[in-house]
Amino acid sequence: MKNLNLASIAGLMAIVLSPVFTSFTVTAADKAEINTVATLRDHTKINTQKEPNPIPKVVNKDIKKARNYPMQPPVIPHTIRSYEVNRYNNKCMSCHSRQRTEKSQAPMVSVTHFMNRDGNFLAEISPRRYFCNQCHVTQLDTKPLVENTFTDMHSLMKQKTANTKEH
Amino acid sequence: MKNILIIGWKTLTKPSGYYSLGALVIGGFIAGIIFWGGFNTALEVTNTEAFCISCHEMENNVYEELKTTIHFTNRSGVRATCPDCHVPHNWTSKIARKMQASKEVWGALFGTINTREKFLVHRKRLAQNEWNRLKANDSLECRNCHNFDYMDFTEQSERASYQHSTALASGEKTCIDCHKGIAHQLPDMKGVEGW
Ligand code: HEC
Ligand code: HEC
Ligand code: HEC
Ligand code: HEC
Repeated sequence: MKNLNLASIAGLMAIVLSPVFTSFTVTAADKAEINTVATLRDHTKINTQKEPNPIPKVVNKDIKKARNYPMQPPVIPHTIRSYEVNRYNNKCMSCHSRQRTEKSQAPMVSVTHFMNRDGNFLAEISPRRYFCNQCHVTQLDTKPLVENTFTDMHSLMKQKTANTKEH
Repeated sequence: MKNILIIGWKTLTKPSGYYSLGALVIGGFIAGIIFWGGFNTALEVTNTEAFCISCHEMENNVYEELKTTIHFTNRSGVRATCPDCHVPHNWTSKIARKMQASKEVWGALFGTINTREKFLVHRKRLAQNEWNRLKANDSLECRNCHNFDYMDFTEQSERASYQHSTALASGEKTCIDCHKGIAHQLPDMKGVEGW
């Protein structure tokens, strides 16, 4: 138990302090010329216009991606070019609504979308869930600008059991 | 030569029974060509995008919206203009459509949709007319460019090939049933089938 606590404290410290460490190294190493903050400008000098990067394509494979954590809004596995979601109509719901899924064979929006903020179920999706793109986004076929070091809970737990077995 | 012409002239002008039928046929034929051609040219002029957007009702609303869609710019460089989707190429339905268009001139004169707000109020009615027309002719205008027989499902996205090989292939649905709002923004879709 004590071991565990120590480990988690160390972990927290690392998370809290890491931005501080990295910013130290940046200011120390290249105060002079290169701006190492990752931006779309790719170290282009401030007084020159950068050649724009090619626009990446939207992934349109229609294959569901695993979620990184249970509450994650699933990402959209297809293009949504010209799809309107506004006060007049909602193109997403023309396939994903309860009534339309039989014809479209698309997954239905989850039941949480029918709940109002008091947890009561409505007959239609709740107004607070109306604008799909607030939570759901398409994916681009490109390299991420910044490396993502996110580790999901499942992998963490696995690691932990492996570690405790070693001891 | 001169004699022949004179005889010909006399024949044509002679009001008597024997030759006048031939004269009528020839004359009628020539006049027909001229009028038909003129009519056709007039139709050609009104059959251009420049003509359509000469009315601000058309330019400020639907044309502006069209500019953002795939039918204005795309990787293939093929542009769909207003008449490609809105005036049937087929000759008879072309006339029928033009007769209906007279109502538009009336509308422009009396300003039924001369502001964006008024346009939005009428949009549902106008869109519904177009949907009815495309539904009735089995999306003829779409099919002038997109031919079902030459669609390569293996090249299409999963969703597209699924819907095209089922509902479209069986004839249960036509293009406009699924592809509303392909060229302009949609009106309020409450109560429209499939929404
Ligand atoms: C004289 C100005 C004017 C011109 C030119 C014009 N329109 Fe229109 N259009 C209007 C008006 C006004 C309406 C609304 C009519 C109404 O209220 O019913 C309209 C309605 C429409 C509609 C709705 C269809 C319907 O049946 O209600 C379509 C489609 C359309 N126009 C396409 C075109 C196309 C394509 C062209 C070029 C070939 C064109 N218009 C040229 C003024 C114009
Ligand atoms: C003048 C020819 C023409 C006409 C008429 C036409 N289209 Fe298209 N359509 C095209 C071209 C060209 C493309 C783009 C092809 C490409 O480069 O991928 C396209 C693309 C599309 C797409 C693909 C959209 C996307 O985001 O990938 C759909 C859907 C479509 N058209 C439906 C229709 C419908 C429905 C109609 C009838 C109302 C219609 N088209 C009429 C030429 C036409
Ligand atoms: C039963 C519904 C349905 C019908 C009918 C239908 N489509 Fe589609 N179509 C779709 C869906 C769904 C997609 C993919 C998603 C999207 O583009 O919105 C699609 C995509 C497309 C595309 C883009 C291809 C791609 O790989 O994404 C074109 C072009 C197209 N349709 C043209 C047509 C034409 C032309 C017709 C009529 C001959 C037609 N469709 C009829 C449902 C339909
Ligand atoms: C790719 C085909 C296509 C092209 C190109 C196109 N339209 Fe349309 N248009 C449609 C369809 C389909 C509708 C029916 C409503 C809808 O689904 O958005 C429509 C509807 C309309 C309406 C009724 C109001 C509305 O927005 O619903 C008008 C007016 C109109 N079009 C005018 C034009 C004019 C003017 C042009 C040229 C600048 C043009 N359209 C180009 C396909 C097209």
